Amino acid sequence: MNPVNYVYLAALLFTIGAAGVLLRRNAIVVFMCIELMLNAANLALVAFSRLHGNLDGQIMAFFVMVVAAAEVVVGLSIIVMLYRSRHSASVDDASLMKL
Amino acid sequence: MSTGIATDAGAHVSTLHTLAAATSTSTPEAVQFWLLGTVAVLGALGTVLLRRAVHAALCLAATMVILALFYLANGANFLGIVQIVVYTGAVMMLFLFVLMLVGVSAADSLKETLKGQRLLAAACGLGLGILLISGLAQVSVKSFNGLASANKAGNVPALAAQLFTKYVVAFEVVGALLTVAAVGATLLTHRERIEKLKSQPEQARQRVREGTQLPPLPAPGVYARHNAVDRPGLLPDGTPSELTVSGTLRRRHQIREVEAAELRRVAALERGTADRQGQAEQDGGRGEPAEPGPAERAVQRADAREAEQLAEAERLAGSEPAREPEEAAK
Repeated sequence: MNPVNYVYLAALLFTIGAAGVLLRRNAIVVFMCIELMLNAANLALVAFSRLHGNLDGQIMAFFVMVVAAAEVVVGLSIIVMLYRSRHSASVDDASLMKL
Repeated sequence: MSTGIATDAGAHVSTLHTLAAATSTSTPEAVQFWLLGTVAVLGALGTVLLRRAVHAALCLAATMVILALFYLANGANFLGIVQIVVYTGAVMMLFLFVLMLVGVSAADSLKETLKGQRLLAAACGLGLGILLISGLAQVSVKSFNGLASANKAGNVPALAAQLFTKYVVAFEVVGALLTVAAVGATLLTHRERIEKLKSQPEQARQRVREGTQLPPLPAPGVYARHNAVDRPGLLPDGTPSELTVSGTLRRRHQIREVEAAELRRVAALERGTADRQGQAEQDGGRGEPAEPGPAERAVQRADAREAEQLAEAERLAGSEPAREPEEAAK
């Protein structure tokens, strides 16, 4: 097996995540799909690292993980705040710019 | 790992093997990839397609664990462990906590607000997938450099050496970003209390003024056979009371009906009491015709309700019950 297969798998997972962001209406599930896309990108970076034989890809994946953790914290707190003011976690209900 | 280069036997073989460019991975790794890759794709599909957010979160956690195994297989030992600790351990649990906060019963609505959005979104996803994979298919990788030389000192020391020399600025910036995110999250979820907290006498006075349910709510029925909180308590006349069960259970349709048998027992008790009292009354010289007590009326109501439900079920089942009477007539 060629390690490029990992990159193919990453592309597939990224596609599924992107479709989920477009399809789902629950803000939390949309957020989970974004996480899936980030993870797919990480898998591609790790596979590239192996193909090239240096660790730069792994370090990029490490930074992606840290940024994703920060993003999850802020995003989830925004969702909680939205739920408090709208009593719904659906992205359709947050249609007005003011809270 | 098999290489295309033939080398002479000896101690150098292993180093040569690891340093040389490989053309394919080992068979166990291929088996692992195809088995776990299938599960990972299924988990991703479950995340997108399952209606309940908790199920989606669990599917995503499974996919993330499998990705951690793939990182380990790709020589990224540190990232594999970090993936399990940070993603499945912290991020997914944070998601589950927020789901609990927002309400587990919040299933996605199936109503389309934009016409044709679902179809278009699926088409866009498919298009993106075709684009990505056909782009990847243009590349042909004959051989690849494994991480053997890069990981010679061990994966963690090698990563640390790069992180704290070449990428040290990015590392510092990312640390600042994490701090800002933590402060931002506490700031966003913090709620300043604007009005004064109501004291207990004030709450009591407000309840009296509004005139809604002055005493505490009645307790649920305590038949110690099932989960008693999901059984409505019975009113004195034997009808189940909606007030006694939690609104959450009512919304999830998790309330158990009080069966007619239970009501019949209440009715029998009542009849027994009535008989005894009737005896006493007869002794007192008052003969009244037996009248159905409130509990018996409740039994009749419950029977009627069950018959209604049965009729409903039959109506939903289709035309089969309609045929039966005809056959019976023949």
